[in-house]
Amino acid sequence: MNMSTNTDYTLAIEELTVSFDGFKAVDNLNFYLDRNELHVVIGPNGAGKTTVLDLICGKTKATSGSIKFLNKELTTLNEHSIVRAGVGRKFQTPSIYENLSVLENLEVSYPEGRGVFGSLFFKRTAKVLEKIHEIAKEIMLEDVLDMEAGLLSHGQKQWLEIGMLLIQDPQLLMLDEPVAGMSVKEREQTAVLLNKISQGRSVLVIEHDMEFVAQIAHKVTVLHQGKILATGDMEKVQNDPKVIEVYLGH
Amino acid sequence: MNFVYEKILGGKNGMAALLILSAIILIVFPLFLDAFRLNLVGKYLTYAFAAVSLVLLWGYGGTLSLGQGIFFGLGGYGMAMFLKLEASSPENTAIQSTPGIPDFMDWNQITELPWFWEPFTSFTFTIIAILTIPALFAYIIGAAMFKRRVGGVYFAIITQVIAVILTVLIVGQQGFTGGINGITDLRTLNGWDITSDSAKYLFYYINAGLLLAVIIVSRLILASKFGHLLLAIRDKEDRVRFSGYDVGNFKIFIFCFAALVSAIGGAMFTLQVGFMSPSFVGIVPSIEMVIFAAIGGRMSLIGAVYGTLLINFGKTTFSESFPELWLFLMGGLFIAVVMFFPNGLAGLWNDYGHHITDRLAFIKNAIGKIQKTVFSKKVQEQS
Repeated sequence: MNMSTNTDYTLAIEELTVSFDGFKAVDNLNFYLDRNELHVVIGPNGAGKTTVLDLICGKTKATSGSIKFLNKELTTLNEHSIVRAGVGRKFQTPSIYENLSVLENLEVSYPEGRGVFGSLFFKRTAKVLEKIHEIAKEIMLEDVLDMEAGLLSHGQKQWLEIGMLLIQDPQLLMLDEPVAGMSVKEREQTAVLLNKISQGRSVLVIEHDMEFVAQIAHKVTVLHQGKILATGDMEKVQNDPKVIEVYLGH
Repeated sequence: MNFVYEKILGGKNGMAALLILSAIILIVFPLFLDAFRLNLVGKYLTYAFAAVSLVLLWGYGGTLSLGQGIFFGLGGYGMAMFLKLEASSPENTAIQSTPGIPDFMDWNQITELPWFWEPFTSFTFTIIAILTIPALFAYIIGAAMFKRRVGGVYFAIITQVIAVILTVLIVGQQGFTGGINGITDLRTLNGWDITSDSAKYLFYYINAGLLLAVIIVSRLILASKFGHLLLAIRDKEDRVRFSGYDVGNFKIFIFCFAALVSAIGGAMFTLQVGFMSPSFVGIVPSIEMVIFAAIGGRMSLIGAVYGTLLINFGKTTFSESFPELWLFLMGGLFIAVVMFFPNGLAGLWNDYGHHITDRLAFIKNAIGKIQKTVFSKKVQEQS
C-alpha cells in the first residue's frame, strides 16, 4: 500500500480509462467524492455515466487507472468483495426479486449469512426483523412488508431496491436514475429520502431530471464522451457555456 | 414445534400434501398392488428422486440440467458394483477362466479385478461412495461452469454432452463396466436374496421413506435464506451478486445436492430392479427426468413425484400397445405443458383445485344442514 497516494476522500478515481474495442467509454477520468456528499452525475446519452458505476462496482473491468474506496483499490476486487467493502449500487431498471415478499427481499439483502452454509443456517432473529422494519419505515414500505414485491408500484420498487442497499449500510451508495418512472409526489418523497440517507455516507446519483437534480445535489458533474465537462454546484454548472453547448448546441 | 410445522411441513397446505403423498405411497400402493406391480412403482419412485432434484435445481435455481442421468447412473453403478462383486464369489464363478471376478470381465479377457473395483467389496465404502462421488463430480462440473459464469442453455448443453460422454465411456469400456448390457445378474446383499418378495417390499419402503425424507430436507433448504436466494438468483442474478454474494457457490451447492439426491435414486433403482445399464445414464433418461419434473410442476417437490408416477404409468400402459407412439405422445405432452401449463400438475391444482375442494366443502355443509333439519324435525316431533 503506497501511503503517498492515500486521500481523505471516500472515493478517489484517478486516470480511469476503459475502452471497448478502441472506443473509450471513459477517458482518463479523475473524480473525487467526500463523506456526507451527495453528488449527481449528469450528461447526454452515451456520456459514460452508467459505465462509471459499472467500473466502480466491478461489473466492468478498467483498462487503466485506479479507483480507491476508503483507500482500498477496487479495480482488482471481484463484485461481491466490492459490495462487502461497503459499496452499494442500484440498477437503472428496478432490480428486485418479484417472487419474494418485501420482507424477504430485505432479508435476502441483510448483510449476514452471505456464504452458502451461512445462508442455510441463517435465522430471522429479532435483531434482523428490527432492522428490516427500520429500513421499511424509511423507504415508506412498512405497511406492505408481506406483499409480493412484484405487485408493488414502479416507484415502490425503486424504493425497495434502495432499501435493499440501505440494509447493508454501505459507505458509498450509487443510484442509477432512481426517480425514472416516478410520479411527481413520489419524486418529492424520494428527494427527501435521498437527502436523509446521504447523512454519514457518500451518495453518487445518475439522473436526467434537472428539476430533481436541483432538489438533491450538493455537487454536480457533467460527463460528456467519457470526460468531465464541468463540475461544481448546480448553478455554476447550469451557466457553464460548454455545458450549454453540449445540451443545447446540437 | 412451530418451526417444524412451518418450515418442514410447509404449514397447513404443505402438510396436507405431504400426508396425502405419504398415505398413497406408504399405504395405498402396498395395500392394493401385488409384489410385481409394487416393485414397478418402486422403480418409478426412484426416478422421482431425479425429478425432485430438478425441482430444486431447475424450478427454484433456474439452472436446467439435462444430465441428471449422470448422477442417477453413478449412484446406480456404485450399488451395482458392490452387488456384482458379491454375486461373483469364486464359488459362483468357478467355471470362468479367472474365478472371482465379474462374468463380463472374464468374457473380456480381464484376469484381475481392476483397482477401482476393489473398494466396492465393502458395503460401507459403497454407501459412502454413492453419497459422495456423484456430488463430488457435480462439484467439479459446477465449479468449472458456474465460477466462469456459464449458465442457461450452455450449461444444459454441457451437462447433456457429459451424459453422452459417460454413456460412450461405459459402453466402450466393456471389460470394466459391463458395456451396453450394464451390470446384470445381481442376486444378494450381504447374503440376503434381493430378488425375493420380502426384499422387494422392504426396498420399496426404504425407497419411499428416503424419498419423503429428501422432500422434507428440500423443503427445509427452500424455507431457509438459501432457498430465497435461490429464487433471487433465478430472477435477478446481478442484483444478488451486487448484494455481496458469490453467486457461483450457491449454484454449485444446489447442483451438488441435486446430484446427491439423484444418486440415491439410482442406488435404490439398482436394488429394486436388480441391474444397472447405460440406458439410464444418457440423454433420453436425463430428458425424461426433466419431463417428469415439468409435468408434475417444476416448482413443486410433491408435484414432481406425481408427475413421475403419472408419466411412467402412461409409459407402461401405452408403450405395451403402441411402442412407437409413446415417445411422440410424451414429447407432445411436454410441449403442451411448457406452452400452456408452465407450472405443471401442481400449477393446475393450485389454480383449479379449489373448485374441487369447494365442492367437497359444499357437500359437507349440505350434509351438515340436512342432518340439522332432520334433527330439529325429530325434536319437534318429540315435543
